[in-house]
Amino acid sequence: MATGAAGGGSASMDTYREARNWLLMPAWVTLAILVLVPVAMMLIYSFLTKEFRGGVIWEFSLAAYDQFFLDRGLFGDEPARIEWTYITIFWRSIWQAATATVLSLAIGFPTAYFIATRPARMRPIWVFLVTIPYWVNLLIRTVSMKFLLRDQGTLNDFLIAMGLIDTPLVIVNTNIGVQIGLFYSYLPFMVLPIYAAVERYNFTLSEAAADLYASRTTTLTRVILPAVKPGVLAGCILVFVPSLGSFLAPDLLGGARNFMIGSLIEEQFKGNAGNWPFGAAASMILLTLVLMLLLLFARQQVKAGKTAG
Amino acid sequence: MRAQFDIKTYTGFRAIALVCLFILYAPLIVVAVYSFNASQSLTNWEGVSLRWYADVFTGPESGKFKQAARNSFIIATVAATVATAIATLAATGMVRGGRFKLRSLSFGLISLPIMVPEIVLAVATLIFFSSIGFDRGIMTILLAHIAFCIPFAYLPIAARMQGIEHSYEQAAQDLYATKRQAFTKILLPLMMPGIISGFLLAFIVSLDDFIITNFVKGAGVETLPTAIFGSVKQGIKPNIMAISTMLLGVSIVMVTISFFVSKADAIR
Amino acid sequence: MSDNERIAVDVRDVVKRYDDFTALRSISLSIADNEYFTLLGPSGCGKTTLLRMIAGFEHVTEGTISLFGDDLENLPPNKRPVNTVFQNYALFPHMTVLENVAFGVEMNGESKTIARQRAGEMLELVQLSQFLARKPNQLSGGQQQRVALARALAPRPKVLLLDEPLSALDLKLRKAMQLELKHLQRETGITFIFVTHDQEEALTMSDRLAVMSAGEIQQLGAPTDIYERPHNMFVADFIGETNLLEVSVDRIAGGRAVCHLRGGHEVICPAVDGIGPGSKVHMSIRPERLWMSKSPEESLSFCGCVKENIFVGTDITTLVVLDDGPDFIVRTSNSDRGNRRLFESGSEVVVNMEPGAARLLAD
Repeated sequence: MATGAAGGGSASMDTYREARNWLLMPAWVTLAILVLVPVAMMLIYSFLTKEFRGGVIWEFSLAAYDQFFLDRGLFGDEPARIEWTYITIFWRSIWQAATATVLSLAIGFPTAYFIATRPARMRPIWVFLVTIPYWVNLLIRTVSMKFLLRDQGTLNDFLIAMGLIDTPLVIVNTNIGVQIGLFYSYLPFMVLPIYAAVERYNFTLSEAAADLYASRTTTLTRVILPAVKPGVLAGCILVFVPSLGSFLAPDLLGGARNFMIGSLIEEQFKGNAGNWPFGAAASMILLTLVLMLLLLFARQQVKAGKTAG
Repeated sequence: MRAQFDIKTYTGFRAIALVCLFILYAPLIVVAVYSFNASQSLTNWEGVSLRWYADVFTGPESGKFKQAARNSFIIATVAATVATAIATLAATGMVRGGRFKLRSLSFGLISLPIMVPEIVLAVATLIFFSSIGFDRGIMTILLAHIAFCIPFAYLPIAARMQGIEHSYEQAAQDLYATKRQAFTKILLPLMMPGIISGFLLAFIVSLDDFIITNFVKGAGVETLPTAIFGSVKQGIKPNIMAISTMLLGVSIVMVTISFFVSKADAIR
Repeated sequence: MSDNERIAVDVRDVVKRYDDFTALRSISLSIADNEYFTLLGPSGCGKTTLLRMIAGFEHVTEGTISLFGDDLENLPPNKRPVNTVFQNYALFPHMTVLENVAFGVEMNGESKTIARQRAGEMLELVQLSQFLARKPNQLSGGQQQRVALARALAPRPKVLLLDEPLSALDLKLRKAMQLELKHLQRETGITFIFVTHDQEEALTMSDRLAVMSAGEIQQLGAPTDIYERPHNMFVADFIGETNLLEVSVDRIAGGRAVCHLRGGHEVICPAVDGIGPGSKVHMSIRPERLWMSKSPEESLSFCGCVKENIFVGTDITTLVVLDDGPDFIVRTSNSDRGNRRLFESGSEVVVNMEPGAARLLAD
């Protein structure tokens, strides 16, 4: 009974309670000025009138959201119908990100599980190997992937040399190219949290399940998976969220026809479209989607934390 | 004991793990290998040569890349240092500040830059600097980098601090150390592995960043990723592969340092 | 404790409340200078909380704690001339053994040279001089324990607090450390306040001890006092093994209480303040104060049948089912003399009780 906490006393670590606000102040101030205020400004900008060469006119307008959701014809005088262009882009982004997530899970879970069942001294080495790519510049990794997957790339050369195909597989500038790119970009994010969860998993539970006549598959689905679910969910979030707003993989591996949200937004600021309020509105919509997802996830984690006791 | 009775193993998982490593490394290795290609062409192999490395340092684009590299390293060093300092203080407040009302809100704020999609943060930051009339340039990049580096520095430091029992500071205070001395003489040295990991992570993340930098950089100011991206848009050239391979080397050195720092730790 | 002895720690009406939980309810006790004092109790009884309040890690909700007459309230831990040996030792992992031991002396305002010199002396005292350049994790558990002790003693505190310092050691080492601690306390003349849940440890080492439960002191006294004359059920049950029997008090005369057991047996035992005629209370009889024989050998004896003999090494514990009334546990020492008093299970026996072995307990 180290702390007398057995009876519900406060065992919280509070050595620096008095200094707490001063210690947190720099972080609060920096992040408030450089993150909260900018996001608020972005929200305001999404309700302003666009200036044609980028920037805004300080006049309230719903034009950005109107343009996003409604189609009023070429001259804006027809009855409003639902505008599908941007919703389609969002939907495609969600689909691409989801596919990449499923792909990462399919490879990432067995990998994480395998690493967690290595002898204790081998695990850090495996984790180290999985971590290295995560530390490598994302742009470089995406470019490398493009180099590998190109029509005249190493993959096609290899397949042709093996006699498996006659004409090169076209992967770059397709949906599949983007999915592979996203999958490759964020795969380490899937492995690491699942690994952490499986490593904490008490394997006596598997033994108990086997002892009670469960097959390995049943043990996996009914005992292991529920126990490591928080790690799996964390991995999925960590792959899905950045995939959804990613710019590099769709831009370098997708080409013009496989536009995703990231490219749509980028174009409003850096490209030809030059519509800041619209870009801000699209960003707000993306942010709302992501925050809703994170909120669901947080509630799930809290629930899981409670059952874990 | 025979392996087949080992309840932990699932057939096929080993193969998938190896495939996973293969997928992760294949593109990097291919690019590293081709960076030593003597040929002008990307596809044909004409023997080993360092010509593209020479090209990076002396070729027609060398001036641009050198300047970009200098910018990148300056920004990464300053941003990671500032972010690590802020994160260390914040972690102390969060993990050693007892229970307080704003705790989860503070944690939310600190991890916000990780949770918000990068492109959204990029747009917000651009709009912010533009609306207050802050001229875009190195300074805007630096400020934006400090902000998003904070959570990356914070997480390893806070995790580390949670692993340090508070009986160490209590023992120090019991032995006549003031709280400040308990912090500098006991807590800080014990946190050092976390602080080093946090710094390295922040450094790499800053060095890595393309999207936000691309939004908030001024015309003519380039970092390595924006310079590489600009170059790649014209088509992949062998000198890009040489730069990539060098950056890969930097990353591997960093992660190796981080690995050994956590291994040489007194507590774990 | 006589009046002319100096009081080292005086705890007056101390209450400790966390939000909605009361950890300590009005504790008062005085610990004399140079005393080896133990706080004994089960997990969650509040003994560690009390220790941490003396050290300054917990605030006192109500009441006062003073050290040699000075009120400790508002003094932070680093200003209290009190040092702690922590349960997990809390040796600074990044410092050598010598640096660990010198830390407190240096922080207390001494020069580095003096601090190192004092640390060297302390390490000699605990026989660890050859390890002073090592890091704590290169030492065994017992060695770490001694470093923690040396570190806490080095600044020459007025009172040393020990929070279950032996709980992580194995039995043999623990026994050796018990003796060493006792020895160190005598040698240094420092007041020791020792927290433990191990009653044997408490009885062996302490000058006096306080038995605590549910945030209250159940009994305060010397080890023999507490063992032989427990005040209440909790103390009798927590300290050692005992037979707890329900009794009715018939009458009290000349400092003696005449009671009868459930089966009608009459037992005479010392009267206890607050227990009058007619009360239905419990009585404690230590199993080693009972012995078995073929025919009655004492004025007070019970007939029964041996149910089971349990071998525990130094003793044999026998469960005897009485013909009428309660069952008894009887302890017989594992010796030639003792073995002659043992009976096979199933044997008819007489359980004899030493005069004065029975104690009435307040509930």
